[in-house]
Amino acid sequence: MSEAEIPLKFVSSNRRVREDRRFVAGQGHYVADVALEGLLHVAVLPSQHPAARIVSIDASEALRMPGVHYVLTGEELAKAAEPLMNGLNTPHVKRYPLAVGQVRYAGEWVVAVVAESRAQAEDGAEKVRVVYEPLPYVIDSEEALDLSSTPVHPAHGSNVLLDRTFVWGEVDKHFAESPRHLSFRVTWGRNSTVPIETFGVAAKWDPWREILDVWASIQMPKYSDQIARALRIPLNNVRVHQDVDVGGSYGVKRGIKQTVIVSHLARRLGRPVRLIEDRLDNMRAGDAHGPDRIFDVEVAFDNDGIVKSMKMRALDNAGAYAGRAPFQLGKPIGAIVGPYKIQSVKYRAISVTSNKAAQEAVRGFGQAPTNYAIETAIDKVAAALGLDRIEIRKRNFIRSEEFPYLIPSGTRYDSGDYHTVVAKVLAHADYEGLKRERDELRAQGLCAGIGIAACLEPSGGNSSFEPLLNDANKTTTWMESCRINVDGLGFVTVTIHTTSSGQGHETLAATVVGEVLEIDPDQIRVVRPDSLNSLPGNSPVGSRMAIMLGGAAFHAAKKLKAKIVRLAAHQFGCVESDIVYQGGATSYPGSSRKLTWAEHVNIAHRNFHLLPDGMEPGLEVTHVLQVPTANKLPENGRVQMYPCHSFEFHLVLVVFDPEIGKPKIRRYVIGHDCGTVINPHIVKGMTLGGIAHGIGASLLEEFVYDSEGQMLTQSFMDYLLPSSHEVPHVEIVHHCTPSPFTVFGQKGSGESGYLGSPAAISGAINDAVSPYGISFAKLPIRIAAISDAIAAAKATKEKVQS
Amino acid sequence: MKISLKVNGQLREADVEPRKTLLDTLREDFLLVGSHAGCEHGVCGACTVLIDGEPSRSCLMFAVQADGYEITTIEGLAPAPGELSVVQDAFCETHGLQCGYCTPGMVLTAHALLEHNDAPSRDDIVEAISGNICRCTGYGQIVEAVEFAADRLRKTNLPRHARSDANNPGKPPFGGNDALGHGVLTAVQPDTPRGGRA
Ligand code: FES
Ligand code: FES
Repeated sequence: MSEAEIPLKFVSSNRRVREDRRFVAGQGHYVADVALEGLLHVAVLPSQHPAARIVSIDASEALRMPGVHYVLTGEELAKAAEPLMNGLNTPHVKRYPLAVGQVRYAGEWVVAVVAESRAQAEDGAEKVRVVYEPLPYVIDSEEALDLSSTPVHPAHGSNVLLDRTFVWGEVDKHFAESPRHLSFRVTWGRNSTVPIETFGVAAKWDPWREILDVWASIQMPKYSDQIARALRIPLNNVRVHQDVDVGGSYGVKRGIKQTVIVSHLARRLGRPVRLIEDRLDNMRAGDAHGPDRIFDVEVAFDNDGIVKSMKMRALDNAGAYAGRAPFQLGKPIGAIVGPYKIQSVKYRAISVTSNKAAQEAVRGFGQAPTNYAIETAIDKVAAALGLDRIEIRKRNFIRSEEFPYLIPSGTRYDSGDYHTVVAKVLAHADYEGLKRERDELRAQGLCAGIGIAACLEPSGGNSSFEPLLNDANKTTTWMESCRINVDGLGFVTVTIHTTSSGQGHETLAATVVGEVLEIDPDQIRVVRPDSLNSLPGNSPVGSRMAIMLGGAAFHAAKKLKAKIVRLAAHQFGCVESDIVYQGGATSYPGSSRKLTWAEHVNIAHRNFHLLPDGMEPGLEVTHVLQVPTANKLPENGRVQMYPCHSFEFHLVLVVFDPEIGKPKIRRYVIGHDCGTVINPHIVKGMTLGGIAHGIGASLLEEFVYDSEGQMLTQSFMDYLLPSSHEVPHVEIVHHCTPSPFTVFGQKGSGESGYLGSPAAISGAINDAVSPYGISFAKLPIRIAAISDAIAAAKATKEKVQS
Repeated sequence: MKISLKVNGQLREADVEPRKTLLDTLREDFLLVGSHAGCEHGVCGACTVLIDGEPSRSCLMFAVQADGYEITTIEGLAPAPGELSVVQDAFCETHGLQCGYCTPGMVLTAHALLEHNDAPSRDDIVEAISGNICRCTGYGQIVEAVEFAADRLRKTNLPRHARSDANNPGKPPFGGNDALGHGVLTAVQPDTPRGGRA
């Protein structure tokens, strides 16, 4: 399928990212910048209780406050709107944008107050009186799994949303024949991507045209479909403006409840309404927390360290509502053995509700926690056998000649050369030297450790986990589209049909179209029509846009080129295969005739009499691309998940003072192979940003709930994001193994770095504390936890000695 | 209450509640929406503006407190519409951003650093931007941007006070230095005989 002409002129070259110009000038157009005449503002009133019955709501005083227009309750909204969609077939786990009858987590929104300004709306919200009757609640995952626990949704009967066991291959046999086994538990703390821009949305209803206009900081597949369903209006009455810049998302900007609230209010009040979360709203109840997962892992291996089989139980705490959270246990099935030749796997995926905020899609969609569990297993096998951690990985890696490689759970990995990437990293970093450096630091009385992680980034954003986990779901396409129009003056405009949150999709589309048409990408305009003018698409999720938008743009440009060639052949009176297309001009070898770009444009736009039979006038093409390799529903619990698999190999040296325990990353090297890179600046930025995010997940960031069900980390003072001090200089070692399934051999990179850095950093810290005979089995590993554990270990040792 | 603030060299007047932050006033009353709200509690730096040349959190300051100071927002940095300052251009050169939300604050912070320090070390840069959180980039390309800008500023012959406004003279206004400079597209002239065809 790879049919790109070589050499590439624009693809893979270090060209600037066109979006950057507007942002450095402060000219981005974010949702909070959308100026609407007569705009009203919403503030929400949160519940203080993790679980309580709403006895009464008294808004009379609030309504008398200056500037206040309206107070919306959950009861009213529930009559006007459908419950929000669930990924699984769990009809009794109903989720409304505002609590109805009962609150299910501390911070959950109970009423929305509308006023002339946000400040007035907040003043109003303070005056709403809600009487609650506290109910029993459950926070802990294991407790929630216990069938005797209080169900968050009594109508559902229990807290279990999903409990499914898959067995791929001969697990029992492999365990029985393996001489060695080991098992352990690790926990991935609840964190999120926490973009610097909170979620925001503005909506306006035009009753005469029957159009709901929506501007939102959104990154969500089928966003307008969900709005239409929730509000029970035709989808062609919903117009989402996709030219709104999104101030970061990395998965989480899925504010459907916020959108339903403002859309309903805009219709109800006849004025545009907006809700921009403040940081507290966002942290506590933006419904944007990530996976919260306990892994119990058991592996069977031999004395050479070859891992034959694995049993994994993943218990995930979805929070108070279902949404798409359980699916984040499904996606990792597509890379459940990581880069290793593990022959069989038993996987039990459990998702439970609890009285925490609802979980949403986070960068990697569950893959980073799973990679952390797999990599911990490999480290432990190495330790059990006294083998080097890199050597053991090399022994278990799939070899480059074995691709495409079918893993037990049904996905065929496209391509890779893991051994070469590792060799390149080791040569670059001087692994032996790094070990000496660690030992010298230890000799100085410091804690020093090396961390290693090898993992995959499944990319291409197919949604096969939906039909895999939900039998009622028969989705087998997750398409993306592109349209190209050459106007009557010869200028090229490309349309893309999604919002972006910093991924550089305009640059991507222009580069690809410029490459195929052999014209300067800087001359190509890229626009984002609103959703009513858009072709089918699924937004930038699952590291899919290089593959899917890049692929759609490629095929559209090919169609356009084919039309030009056919048009030219007709002028020359020759067959199409004789035409030479170069730089927008065509020629016919053997004749001196040539048609320029302008001449093709002119014929297509003005000279119908010169067009070949049956050709439509104009120069406009579209392409709707199906996800490569996605062609059937799951069979027997096996499915082809994503089409492409990027590889990353992390090597980290961490050092810290044993008394203080504040880890400093002294060296960070990553080997990265995402196939053909379309824009090197963009891929580099994704990788560095992903690593920074992983540093946060492994050392700093967690949404902590206390035993009373209250979230303790509600601001940036408690929920710490890595600053420039915490993120080291990162050295990237490149390798390119093209994917056979994509147009240029490209793979995804939107989650790169993040998928392996938590595992690598955890490994480094555990290596650093290994002389004390301790290790950490939960992320994040906070400074205090490190110094406390070391102090405790020392005390025990002294006691034993005395 | 009525206030008049000097913003980007111009005197601007507004009637605001005393509790209104400088950030909200800049955005809502002066429509200078390049300053962003990230946390509104003084941690993230998305709201950074320069007050008498020093990076400051506009979310932590009331508009009424800003009277009498020179305020510079990101809108005041570009030398002319469509033209970038050296620092802004350097962020484009190294792709020192992704979503752009932290970027105005970052650019202003970098600008202030380079006003004080011609030749900042990596540590100086890391320290200077450590009060601005970027969730996208991991800071690597931001540090590179500041280093690149410092280098270019040092190489210009202008006195320091004039440099920040100086666009690199060798730089085309659009497309950057990797643009081909000439496109293959030639506009069709519809009104010429035979539609402009030879
Ligand atoms: S918005 Fe001012 S510091 Fe975050
Ligand atoms: S560029 Fe997105 S937060 Fe910095």
